[in-house]
Amino acid sequence: METLAHQFDDVEQQREASTLGMWIFLATEVLFFGGMLLAYSVYRTLYFSAFAEASRDLDIVLGSVNTAVLLCSSLTMAMAVYQAERGNVKRLVRFIGLTMLLGTIFLAIKFYEYYEKYKEGLIPGAHFTWHGSDADHASLFFIAYFILTGMHALHMIVGLGLMSVLAILAWKGRFTPAYYTPVELGGLYWHFVDVVWVFLFPLLYLVHRSS
Amino acid sequence: MSTEQIVETREHYLNCAFGWKSWLLTTDHKRVGLLFLISITFFFFLGGAFATLIRLELMTPPGDLFQAETYNKLFSMHGIVMIFFFLIPSIPSVLGNFLIPLMIGARDVAFPRLNLLSWYLFVIGGLLTLCAIVAGGVDTGWTFYTPYSSLFSNGQVVLTIVGIFIAGFSSILTGLNFIVTIHTMRAPGLTWFRLPLFIWSHYATAIIQVLGTPVIAITLALVAIERLWHVGIFDPALGGDPILFQHLFWFYSHPAVYIMVLPGMAVVSELVTTHARRRIFGYKFVAYSSIAIAVIGFLVWGHHMFVSGQSQYASMMFSALSMVVAIPSAVKVFNWTATLYKGSISLDAPMLYAIGFIGLFTMGGLTGLFLASLAVDVHVTDTYFVVAHFHYIMVGGTMMAYLGGIHNWWPKISGRLYPETWARVAAVIIFIGFNLTFFPQFILGYLGMPRRYHSYAEEFQVLNVMSTAGASILAVGYLLPMAYLIWSLKYGPAADANPWGATGLEWQTESPPPTHNFDVMPIVTEQAYNYGNASPSVR
Repeated sequence: METLAHQFDDVEQQREASTLGMWIFLATEVLFFGGMLLAYSVYRTLYFSAFAEASRDLDIVLGSVNTAVLLCSSLTMAMAVYQAERGNVKRLVRFIGLTMLLGTIFLAIKFYEYYEKYKEGLIPGAHFTWHGSDADHASLFFIAYFILTGMHALHMIVGLGLMSVLAILAWKGRFTPAYYTPVELGGLYWHFVDVVWVFLFPLLYLVHRSS
Repeated sequence: MSTEQIVETREHYLNCAFGWKSWLLTTDHKRVGLLFLISITFFFFLGGAFATLIRLELMTPPGDLFQAETYNKLFSMHGIVMIFFFLIPSIPSVLGNFLIPLMIGARDVAFPRLNLLSWYLFVIGGLLTLCAIVAGGVDTGWTFYTPYSSLFSNGQVVLTIVGIFIAGFSSILTGLNFIVTIHTMRAPGLTWFRLPLFIWSHYATAIIQVLGTPVIAITLALVAIERLWHVGIFDPALGGDPILFQHLFWFYSHPAVYIMVLPGMAVVSELVTTHARRRIFGYKFVAYSSIAIAVIGFLVWGHHMFVSGQSQYASMMFSALSMVVAIPSAVKVFNWTATLYKGSISLDAPMLYAIGFIGLFTMGGLTGLFLASLAVDVHVTDTYFVVAHFHYIMVGGTMMAYLGGIHNWWPKISGRLYPETWARVAAVIIFIGFNLTFFPQFILGYLGMPRRYHSYAEEFQVLNVMSTAGASILAVGYLLPMAYLIWSLKYGPAADANPWGATGLEWQTESPPPTHNFDVMPIVTEQAYNYGNASPSVR
């Protein structure tokens, strides 16, 4: 059932190579987000009060709901891998489907938030309207917000694409307890994107809520 | 004549399939390597054309051949093409792709389709950059410093950035492929310390490619966003910080120097041992020095910013760390030299390039130490001293190693021997032309001639004319291999499996190798470079 590519000697070597490849890819992703997070950290340190004020304009309820939705999707993803390991194809497909549903809900809420920000005139650029003082530095916060969450959303969309491929392959019965590496690697990617959000949520939504 | 017929009838990676599809859809690492060879050769001559125009303008003190704006575009596009589309992919994507699976006894890289994708990304990125050049080019320098690049430049900044962004993912995929291949695909018995040093250096290079390139990708993306939406990420007028851009840019772009030179060191380790017929002196030191360069190389970027206004304490740390990174580089130079001692040296063209590399890289490295010293750097910042320094590393280093490597493995790649006399002549011409071009620039820079201007003071003319004369000699030197290597494809004598009598798995399979590299998968039982210390040539 499983496919052994010509360059490998055995399935074990192939699995090892694919897994290592995925981890290295995720390392590049850490550095990719790292560049943006560095810029964020510098400006947050320099212009803390503007960042705190701007952060309060984000919708904390929607942000929290989204965090919960995404963490649940990680659970369903982990369940999918577990079912793949046990060779339960029906449940595997169901859990991948559930993961995709939760991912879609996350994106829908995210885009609704973007729309709200658009209505409030908080898109940085020529039409940025800021109610408080220090509009320039508040604008920096929203640049960071849109770029970071935008890149994250882009990764979610890619993840949904991966999941649909996995669902189709699973439906066709391509995965067995002896071979389910793609499900595992898809899971790694999905969890990584979740972890990025776990960092983004406090950094963007919770800068200085208490005051 | 009879060997000729055997070569023609045996099936190998070049004659196993014909037609454009068999090349454009190939997943064979050897064919992908050749695709890269052809593409980067094109970009090399394109970048060289820009260099020619620069040197022509600088023949005379006044700006008479081009306007200042045109000149700005010429040196920008020379840098962008040469760095992102020639030097960075040069040795890894051509020789690394071709040789790594052969050297470790594998049938292919771990992810052959990603390898092909890497070439397509490179081509797409290259074509977009070509479009940008045709549509007017950029005048920002290859460094894209903000806020000039994001707010004021009139060139095709965004298009060029998109091109570099895409080509960057080509570099990431190549690095990822190499790391996984080296970790998981080694032949039985090929332990880490039996690997050729070519592999160690490429492994170190791949680490930088994988960890550094994403940062330049996002940094350039931020510049493009700032330019397109007129927001103030790096614009001080809108609260942004241009120094932050420089930090992010050099966090990649200094390690990128090691992406360019570590593969050169990889090649030289092979050339020196092969053509001196000696085991490398201090194998583990040379191996670990590659890793040390990769690691420390990530911590020295601030030496590009001594005059930027960064904290003086940061400058002092960066200065000290830049001195430290010279140590592993020096270890390599000393160990290559010690390898030559009592070797039975044959001055074939690859060896001439290797010796050229050692000398020129030493010059480039030592002047790098001048630049790492705070006070000297302030004096020569943005002068031709810097230009001369990095050309000694990149052209004197990487380019020499690249050509040496192409010659050394040409019999393996093409199945043909190149004409040795012509090759030696070309190597000597390149060495002379190179020094005549760039040594005067050290003096010019020390005397205070700034870089990136199309006109200069009268007293600098003699040295500039020398430099331009050297550049024309260099051009002849580069065109020669192009001519005789292509000639050798048809008229060169057929090469046997191991024309140099070298160790290394790549020489144990036929020239050119069969599609899956080895008819019998090799098992390794000995160290690398097992020439036996006192034995004379066994050829």
